[in-house]
Amino acid sequence: MATHALTPATSTYSRGRLYEWLTTTDHKKIGIMYVINSFVFFLIGGILALVVRTELAQPGLQFLADEHVYNEMFTMHATIMIFVFVIPMLAGLGNYIVPLMIGAPDMAFPRINALSLWMLPLGGLLLISSFFTGGTAAAGWTSYPPLSLDGPLKSPGSGQDLWIVSLILIGTSSILGGINFLVTIFKMRAPGMTLFRMPIMVWTVLVTSVLVVMATPVITSALVMLFIDRNYGGHFFDPFGGGSAILYQNIFWFYSHPAVYVMILPAMGVISEVLPVFSRKPLFGYKAFIFATAAIGALGFSVWAHHMFTTGSVFLPFFSLLTFLIAVPTGVKMFNWVFTMFRGQLSLSTPLVFAIGFLTMFLIGGINGAFSASVPVDFALHDTYWVVAHIHYVLFGGSVFGIFAGLYYWFPKMTGRMLDEGLGKLHFVLMFIGFNLTFFPMHQLGLEGMPRRIADYASDAGWNDLNLLATVGGFTIAASILPFIWNVFISLRNGKIAGDDPWEGNTLEWATSSPPPPYNFDHLPEIRSERPVFDARHGRSGH
Amino acid sequence: MPATGGRDTEGALINVTADTHALTPIEHSPMASLAHDVRGGISNPILGMILFITSEVMFFAGLFAAYFSTRANFVDVNGVKEWPPQEFASILNPFSLILVATVILIVSSVTLQMAIWAIRRDDRRGFLRNMAVTFILGITFLLLQAYDYSLLFHEGLTMGSGPFGTTYFTLTGFHGAHVFGGVIMLGVVLYRGMSGQFSSRHHDAVEAASLYWHFVDVVWIILFSILYFL
Repeated sequence: MATHALTPATSTYSRGRLYEWLTTTDHKKIGIMYVINSFVFFLIGGILALVVRTELAQPGLQFLADEHVYNEMFTMHATIMIFVFVIPMLAGLGNYIVPLMIGAPDMAFPRINALSLWMLPLGGLLLISSFFTGGTAAAGWTSYPPLSLDGPLKSPGSGQDLWIVSLILIGTSSILGGINFLVTIFKMRAPGMTLFRMPIMVWTVLVTSVLVVMATPVITSALVMLFIDRNYGGHFFDPFGGGSAILYQNIFWFYSHPAVYVMILPAMGVISEVLPVFSRKPLFGYKAFIFATAAIGALGFSVWAHHMFTTGSVFLPFFSLLTFLIAVPTGVKMFNWVFTMFRGQLSLSTPLVFAIGFLTMFLIGGINGAFSASVPVDFALHDTYWVVAHIHYVLFGGSVFGIFAGLYYWFPKMTGRMLDEGLGKLHFVLMFIGFNLTFFPMHQLGLEGMPRRIADYASDAGWNDLNLLATVGGFTIAASILPFIWNVFISLRNGKIAGDDPWEGNTLEWATSSPPPPYNFDHLPEIRSERPVFDARHGRSGH
Repeated sequence: MPATGGRDTEGALINVTADTHALTPIEHSPMASLAHDVRGGISNPILGMILFITSEVMFFAGLFAAYFSTRANFVDVNGVKEWPPQEFASILNPFSLILVATVILIVSSVTLQMAIWAIRRDDRRGFLRNMAVTFILGITFLLLQAYDYSLLFHEGLTMGSGPFGTTYFTLTGFHGAHVFGGVIMLGVVLYRGMSGQFSSRHHDAVEAASLYWHFVDVVWIILFSILYFL
């Protein structure tokens, strides 16, 4: 050893382990709790999706009491999946991995980090508490007024209010987390870790955090105005009171379109860590990837009205053009990923398999999105199942496959144990097949004109078979989660010991023990590129 | 020691320490310094506050956007396109109590800046005096705003008085809530200052609170100009 080891005074906790976890400010424990919390809500949201699919398996209302209950189901499914699963899950992975990747001992504001975490279960519980207080929100996850306003035919009762309050809480958690990430990334990097040596994952979290800090407060403003309209007799969004329903849509999508990138960019970051490691090659076009990420972030703020083409109150050519432009940096990234794998020495471990799942499914999600970006096509496809297919190919085929790639990739680091490869691949195969069975037919349903958000459809519309197929696929996805849970359960007990660096990784998290000590690093290797651990392993011969 | 750095076979190691920019090995650095970056430049709490204020700007941007959109589309029951609506044509008089409140808030920003300058040269007495004045001015603003609200209620302007009332009370109300938050920050800073926690070298909390207070002040100036003059 060239240097003396630091011998930190690790205080021994006299308190119980539970107390320690509940009061911790360690970014790794907080990150793991983010992941667990998000996964629990993933299961809840998944069950709601199964309820939706079960009702739609056949025409007619067989399973649910009435259409209103159906509205509640898809509203809560989307709300939970977007706000309490995908966004916090990626924030959790970032929370765990970003300080490790930049060689920092913790986040910049550890106690605010704990605050961000604990607002999430609170917000999530508030949201699902509405199941027991007279009905949940039922106006869709977008909660457009006048549907979401208070009124006998609209959204009476506390469900919609709980939805608003819960989203404000979760949004505040996001904002605080975003600020924390930005300060951590800008101020806490290890010596030698310049901005252009940061792992891509850190870059994507950086751009995501900018989006969160700039966009999330805007939806907070929309939500408080909705709350005022509902509870204090306000007139922001009610057209009959001098307000404007379109105003809500504009403010809502000003956040919710960047939110799409909040949900996909860190997943892209995960993929960009996994692909080089399992292809035994550096990422193809590191800087191009970073600029593409920044470009997606910037363009993300100028395309929100493509969700509102059919309202007739937005400037169509502008928003259509900018939406098409987003395909350019996204295409750059596809190029990066494919050429990272090209002629690489692929080792088909579970993280890589999920990453390839991401690549293929996200590609379809991008292509069917480009159709909707075209105004005339969108007028035909708006609010049909085509849109449902698109959103799921991006958010499930993209984000969720990316999340699982990340979980399989970093599980050894988090726990010190390897996950079982066989069960992991079983998980992938079931999920991949189930996913495509569920969502590919929805393209056809959309083209045939089946509208989204309906509980029932005519039995002679010709949609019966494809709907049944989608339902079978939905249950296949549910089944695919079982091997994953079982895998985690047995691997925590009997999994193979991982060691510091089971995958021969590139980035700094692999330079410390698994799991890392509370202060993260005893030593850091010299940082001279974006692959410091690779450099330490191979020296100059690696270049 | 824990099993780390197993692959650091190159020998070119440096200790994890952030208390210098140097790349040369540093030995026996205290772990306590790990949590702090003193490489110079903006400090973590100040950067955090600036980013928080950025998010607050975006929050108010949402409210202001709603205000202008509502105002542009407003037509009263008689089809008259006029803002403020005829029934409230002269209810918002800038040359009234609200002007006093505005001056008080601007003066409070000045006294707060004087407090900052005082603590930067280690003048604790001057710091505390100016902080106390700022704190009292902040509370006075809130009291004046509450009194102004009661006057407006009396004249029939409420949250439910059409888009005009809704936007007025939402914008000024959220601003008032932010002033309230700022007063709490000032109170904490004042309390900590009285127990001697700040010096010229250590007063990030004061700087951060002052940034926030100036921001709240600027929002009010914009709000006042738009609601009362524009």
